Amino acid sequence: MTLLMGAVAYDPKVVTIWGGFRSWLNDNGLPFDFVLYSQYERQAEDLAEGRIDAAWNSPLAWIRSRRLAEARGRTLTPLVMRDTDRDLTSLIVVRADSPFKDVADLKGETVAVGAVDSPQATLLPLSYLASRDVPVNVRRFDVGVGLHGDHIGGERDAARALIAGSVAAACMIDSNHLLFGKEGTLPAGSTRIIGQTAPFDHCNMTLGETVSDTTRADFAELLLSMSYTDPKVRPLFDLEGLTRWEPGRTSGYPALERAVDETGFYDAAGAVTAADYRP
Amino acid sequence: MIVDLGDLGFEQGAHILLQRALGPLRPGDEVGVAGLDPALAMHVEVWCRAKGHHTRRADDNDEGVRVWVTRGRADLDRWMHAERAGGPSPLRIVDAPPAHWGLAARGALVEPGGPPIAADLASRELVWADLAPTLYANAAASQWDPATAIAWDATVDLAPEIERAVVQVMTFLVENEQAALVVPARLLARIHPHFREVLQLLAVQAADEARHVEVFTRRALLTGGEMGTSSVSGRESLATLLREPDFSMASFLLSVLGEGSFLNLLTFIDRNAPDPVTRQVARMARQDEARHVAFGVAHLQHQGNLDRTLLGRLRGAIEQRHETLISSAGLNQDVFDALVVLAAGEWTPAGIRRGYAAVQDLQAEMDEGRQHRLVRLGFPHDEAAELSALHTRNFM
Repeated sequence: MTLLMGAVAYDPKVVTIWGGFRSWLNDNGLPFDFVLYSQYERQAEDLAEGRIDAAWNSPLAWIRSRRLAEARGRTLTPLVMRDTDRDLTSLIVVRADSPFKDVADLKGETVAVGAVDSPQATLLPLSYLASRDVPVNVRRFDVGVGLHGDHIGGERDAARALIAGSVAAACMIDSNHLLFGKEGTLPAGSTRIIGQTAPFDHCNMTLGETVSDTTRADFAELLLSMSYTDPKVRPLFDLEGLTRWEPGRTSGYPALERAVDETGFYDAAGAVTAADYRP
Repeated sequence: MIVDLGDLGFEQGAHILLQRALGPLRPGDEVGVAGLDPALAMHVEVWCRAKGHHTRRADDNDEGVRVWVTRGRADLDRWMHAERAGGPSPLRIVDAPPAHWGLAARGALVEPGGPPIAADLASRELVWADLAPTLYANAAASQWDPATAIAWDATVDLAPEIERAVVQVMTFLVENEQAALVVPARLLARIHPHFREVLQLLAVQAADEARHVEVFTRRALLTGGEMGTSSVSGRESLATLLREPDFSMASFLLSVLGEGSFLNLLTFIDRNAPDPVTRQVARMARQDEARHVAFGVAHLQHQGNLDRTLLGRLRGAIEQRHETLISSAGLNQDVFDALVVLAAGEWTPAGIRRGYAAVQDLQAEMDEGRQHRLVRLGFPHDEAAELSALHTRNFM
């Protein structure tokens, strides 16, 4: 039986990446194919319903598909994740010349965030501010809604709003702070970081119960054996942004689970309950 | 080991200093990163995560170190199976460069993988000639500027019929030089770039022909008239050159036989030119054509040493082209007559007789030249004479 995986087409490179992985896995004896989704919600539903065997899930899609599956008495497993999916942080960034020294200073101020469904640029940093009892006015930059923040546009617009002076702070993932610095969106030395979340994990390869134990073991073993020394693998790793696969783990998701509950983004059974979320 | 970045930030290139510090270390070795940029520790973590290095935040008592980096191995893995693409010197070219070396500089350290280059002429014995580097250097040093190399303002005041003959000859030359431009340009794109000097030589050859097209056109239009005629037979003859897919055969038909015959033609025009501009354009073009012929002969001599069947295949190429063109009229009659008039230089029976004899001499010289080059390639004299006679009547 061919293992069928879902992936979200947030960028044209997704076809190159998964087309390449598909060839590599098939060449190495694992019948594998993939289908593309335009957004994560339908993929999460299809995985929970067993219409696909696996999904390359955003952290938010992991949470939703897990909740949906468990409500149906099924179990999903995070099989592997990229080395670069582990221990990320989100930042609260202000202008260097602003008077804000600490996140508490942002009380009542306007804070720019990414898209409504971005874990790293919206849900996690807002939960972080809430946990410190800092109520703020949120200015959201809804770009690529349904892509769970994979589209960088909302985060970049939030950073631009910060530099333009129209917001007091902006939220972004740590790697984008460096990227925006290098590309000039945030000129070097123009910002200060006044808040940083605890480390959290990002994407994972989620497997459903439709996959046999043997296939599950083969799939994991093959992925974990993929080597950066392999000239067929390396370009795919470079595109997907990893140097090796690591075993999946759930320890990096509690903060996002909390954020989802606090904002009522999904309910406990995985239904979409966020009022203004239109993927 | 500690690397101190001062106040340099990662958005200002600090990773280059860290990378330099990590370079000589072994995977698992640790380096401390010190620096003043407030975002430093976080940016080191972000950068290391993407590059496969591990990090841990420093304690307060780590004497200025903000974060410790444990060297990973992704950068080493990338180059683990890398290889040198031969050596930069022509003495170190390889016989069969792999397609994935692609456009890499010869002698570069090549990361394995990547797109294979679509170069079907990818073996030393197919394309190389030891003379290529010298010929290229010579060709590069002999480039001339059409705007200044020709005295375009020299007086050209010919009788209308003589001028028309010159224009017809120039029109014929442009048509032939366009074929001579397209053929090496097409071959060039099919040769593996590892054989750089051959590509360079063909590129200069194409550039030479581009100049010839320009100066012959400019001479044709110098007195304000129109271009001459282009016959089906001329274009038929040239089309057979464009259709030849084999590098050696194309080089043989174009450079050795075609351009070889053109050396005689250009000498003839130089000798009989009725005006200084016509003389100069022919002379400048001839210098270039001599190099093209030299490369063609050198390449085929090299080939002949490697491949005993070469002469048979060359013979086959001439015969096949002859068969293809057997029902073609050959040289455009306008061109033949124009050459006679050009050599006559005057519109009198005596002049025409002289011109006609000169063109007959030209054809004999062309035949002799072809035979001479065929003998140099290894053909016996009688076979060289027989094959030379089969060459297209269109000269090129």
